[in-house]
Amino acid sequence: MSPEREQAIREGAKHWLVQPKTIRLLWWVSGVILALTVIAQIWIHIHAYFSVDGLLGFYAAFGFLSCVAMVLFAKVLGWVLKRPDDYYDTPAIRSEESSDDV
Amino acid sequence: MFEFVMPPAFILITGAVLVALARPAMRPIFALLAPLVTLYAIWQVPDGVQLTTTFLGYQIELVEGGALRRMFATVFAIMAFGGVLFAFRQSKWYELSAAIIYAAGAIGVSFAGDLITLFIFWELMALFSTVVVWCGGTERARAAGIRYAIIHLTGGLILKIGIEGLYVATGSLEIQALTLESFATWMIFIGILINAAAPPISAWLADAYPESRPMGGVFLSAFTTKTSVLALILLFPGQPLLIWIGLFMIFYGIIFALLENDMRRILSYSIVNQVGFMVTAVGIGTELALNGAAAHAFSHILYKALLFMSAGAVMYQTGVRKCSELGGLFRTMPLTTVCGIIGALAISAFPFTSGFVSKSMISSAAGYEHLGFVWFLLIAASAGVFLHAGIKFPWFVFFQKDSGLRPPEAPWNMRIAMILFSAACIGIGLFPNLLYGLLPYPVDYEPYTAEHVVSQLQLLLFAGLAFFVLLPLMKRTETLSLDVDWLYRRALPAIAVRVDRLLTRAAAVLNQVADAAGVLFVKGFKQGSYRYFSSRAPMGITALWMAGVLALFLILTLIL
Repeated sequence: MSPEREQAIREGAKHWLVQPKTIRLLWWVSGVILALTVIAQIWIHIHAYFSVDGLLGFYAAFGFLSCVAMVLFAKVLGWVLKRPDDYYDTPAIRSEESSDDV
Repeated sequence: MFEFVMPPAFILITGAVLVALARPAMRPIFALLAPLVTLYAIWQVPDGVQLTTTFLGYQIELVEGGALRRMFATVFAIMAFGGVLFAFRQSKWYELSAAIIYAAGAIGVSFAGDLITLFIFWELMALFSTVVVWCGGTERARAAGIRYAIIHLTGGLILKIGIEGLYVATGSLEIQALTLESFATWMIFIGILINAAAPPISAWLADAYPESRPMGGVFLSAFTTKTSVLALILLFPGQPLLIWIGLFMIFYGIIFALLENDMRRILSYSIVNQVGFMVTAVGIGTELALNGAAAHAFSHILYKALLFMSAGAVMYQTGVRKCSELGGLFRTMPLTTVCGIIGALAISAFPFTSGFVSKSMISSAAGYEHLGFVWFLLIAASAGVFLHAGIKFPWFVFFQKDSGLRPPEAPWNMRIAMILFSAACIGIGLFPNLLYGLLPYPVDYEPYTAEHVVSQLQLLLFAGLAFFVLLPLMKRTETLSLDVDWLYRRALPAIAVRVDRLLTRAAAVLNQVADAAGVLFVKGFKQGSYRYFSSRAPMGITALWMAGVLALFLILTLIL
């Protein structure tokens, strides 16, 4: 990167990577690559350990769906487990004077 | 070639002492040379027991060689060198020195020929890793370090109880495959699993490691959990319980990493996740699976250190640790970004990275054994790794939104360390035989078949698609997640305080009752005594006294 360009970026100019045009292009290119990995299975036989894992696009569907499941599960668990990130910064025990209760 | 002279761990400890004693200008030289000399020494250790000595009346085997042991020691020494290179200009001497002894402990465990030697080096690691956590220097680091030390010293104690029990029962301290049939072997099992961050106390890892300094985290990521993987391979290969423990760790790591906002805590959870793969492999226990566990430990140490380096570099340059405050750093830290992405691809087991050649051995081992359930979970988890570490970490730190931060690129020594480790990740990915040559069992495994590559790419790329589709659900929140550590950080103190206050109140009530009773007694005795003892007491009372005294005499004469 040239010093001028670096200076421009420091001042907030939009990097080529985050311009809408590039991002659209990236989505298209990724879509094509995704499709290719599935289509490749027509020529490349995937040996199945069990039975379903030999099907066309098994890894794609299984990968996608298990990720969706994990994200949703994490989301639900988050409602129960999430606390403000200064949760542990206050002392575990409030002093006697401030309150009778813990 | 020279004769084997000194245990490699001692060489590294000597190096650490020299770092502590040397003039500041000499410190980097000792710190960088010590791991390299140690690495050379590691490769001079032949197979079999090499050095025995007497310790407290026991015959102990300080050094026992073997392919598996050399392999772990090798990666620990490489790690020590890379960590020092990353840290030596920024770390204080005591952090550097403690980290080197910590590494020496790991190497000592690798070569331990018996359980006493293993235990000594095990404790050495616990002590000096605590120092590395404390070097974080904040109040949070102090508290986290104490919790970390308590967990590990307790774990050490449990391990020691097991070792002593085993010695009493069998008279043997040999390191050999054990079965879970006695109390003692269970204790050893639990003691080792505590260091592996197994459930239910996986929380210590994500509690302590992120509180270290950016440099300390690189060391912490490598040694403790992986030595316990080695110990599991040596002591409990094929123990079926490990499969389930490992699977739990894998999904625990993914889910908690998905919830997390602190970048180094994300990476910490992903250590638990990766160690879960290794623990599962040890549980499967076939030659391919054990090879997979060892290979995965090797490649994991390198890419996880690389990830901690890139996160550390970001933290060192910005002072920020939360994903919600980071983003867009690729603009001014391109090299750190590229290295972080290489680490992220390696942990996700992308083809042509080190993770691919090692992790695929583990899932293949499950497939060959027809462990259907395990295999499907491992494949789902592989997609999950890409989700929580492979994309989440680089995306939120280096891309995402523009946080407005414009930190300069990391210092030169950090950059060199990151470049070297990136090269190692890709090198092992391109030439898997470099790694396979070190493995304990002969390798008859070809990672680069067209079907492997295609199926792995499908899996990972669609996991990536899921990430970007679900991005709105993953908006970072400024939160932490409750874990088992809540029990000892919040519940236990709360219960203790309640019990304490309850007892205080009970004591007050008891005092009052005792006071009142005393007053009554004194009143009765002092003021009413004339009723019983004086000339004015009724005749009956006097007769009772007389009867009492006579009875006493009778009893005394009978006894004496």
